[in-house]
Amino acid sequence: MNFFSVQGISLTIGFILILIGLWGILTQRNLIRIIIGFTIFNNGVNLIIVALAYMKGRTAPIIDQVVTRTDAVDKVADPIPQALVLTAIVIGVGVTAVMLSYTLRMYRAKHSLEINVFTESKW
Amino acid sequence: MYKKLFVLLLLAVLGWSFFTLLQTHQERQSLNPLSKHYVEKGPDEVGAPNLVTAIVVTYRGFDTLGEVTILFVSAAIVGLFLKTENRRRKYKIRSTSEILHAAQRLLFPVMILFGIYIFMNGHLTPGGGFQGGAVIATAMILVLLTNPESPISHRAFNLLESVSGFSYIIIGVLGVLLAGGFLDNHILPLGKFGNLFSAGAIPLIYSFVGLKVGSELSSIILNLNDVQKDDK
Amino acid sequence: MILIIVSMVLGVVMIAVSLVALHTKKLQAAILAAGVLSLMTSILFLLLAAPDVALTEAAIGSALTTAIFFYVLNKIKNTHV
Repeated sequence: MNFFSVQGISLTIGFILILIGLWGILTQRNLIRIIIGFTIFNNGVNLIIVALAYMKGRTAPIIDQVVTRTDAVDKVADPIPQALVLTAIVIGVGVTAVMLSYTLRMYRAKHSLEINVFTESKW
Repeated sequence: MYKKLFVLLLLAVLGWSFFTLLQTHQERQSLNPLSKHYVEKGPDEVGAPNLVTAIVVTYRGFDTLGEVTILFVSAAIVGLFLKTENRRRKYKIRSTSEILHAAQRLLFPVMILFGIYIFMNGHLTPGGGFQGGAVIATAMILVLLTNPESPISHRAFNLLESVSGFSYIIIGVLGVLLAGGFLDNHILPLGKFGNLFSAGAIPLIYSFVGLKVGSELSSIILNLNDVQKDDK
Repeated sequence: MILIIVSMVLGVVMIAVSLVALHTKKLQAAILAAGVLSLMTSILFLLLAAPDVALTEAAIGSALTTAIFFYVLNKIKNTHV
């Protein structure tokens, strides 16, 4: 494929963000940094889904003077993946809030953020 | 050390498979049949110029209902985790500066108005219930930053959240009774294409979604702020 | 052409900022870097013809998530001393 297009660059950035996020989740010791790794991963996945919906030279899926009803099929990007990502972002903030409040609870128990301290939950 | 090497190996394998995916990827030249139907028939069937809103609210209304439920459950879990016995504060909080107070008095009504504007115009312009709700929650953050002791009642937010969620379900059931199916927007007349009061029940549904999302996100923030007040 | 250059610059900044978020010493700087990453992602969504998603990412992913992170971090610092 063509790497020198907006879609190619966005897909590449998305995959690199997924790898960086996974690296952060697997190697960091601090609980808050692990959660930051999750948000980076989330951003990368959303970017890939939106980039797959894009087609060269097309515009946003909103009908107005520029994009009329009759020629909309040839002028707009795919709206379904955009609707899915809209949902995914809002769920992402809910999941992040749950993870952070659980971190606060764990901190209250052991007074530390290091993951090595929580050995009794290891199996 | 071995663990880091193992992780690096895993990432290398993943990166290689991503690279082959990228190399063989071909850019699509036309929409797939389902999107084509939504783009061609959407303006006539739903009457909303913003096709993303048409999909989120009407074609995939069940998805949105499930999403709002997930957000509600996560707000409830945050409240459960952060529950503390005594709500009495133990230390004095330093009062904030005059600049923040003046800015809050000036900006708070404008921010609430902007949030309402975003979710009322969700079917015409980019935006909608989720974005408008987030703007309202940001206004609540501004109030709590100015005065962490603000007497904002949790009960009012819980009431607003339950009332808007209940109305959302009622509109969905009305769709079954009066129109084609659950969350169908034809219970109100479609109106003139592109007007504020058009697209059937979409502005109404998105307003309730906006109020529900705004009160859920605000209750997460309020719970975190209460923890701040409580124990040291 | 200008779109490609802008997206390349955005991509370099995003990758640099995400590495900063994982490897800087201070947690405050890490959280701010994650917020900046979200903001850059929202600009890229705008270039990819998705204004709805861009608005959501800017309002929710960038502003609210950073605020929640800072509330929790502030609480942890207060308990620590």
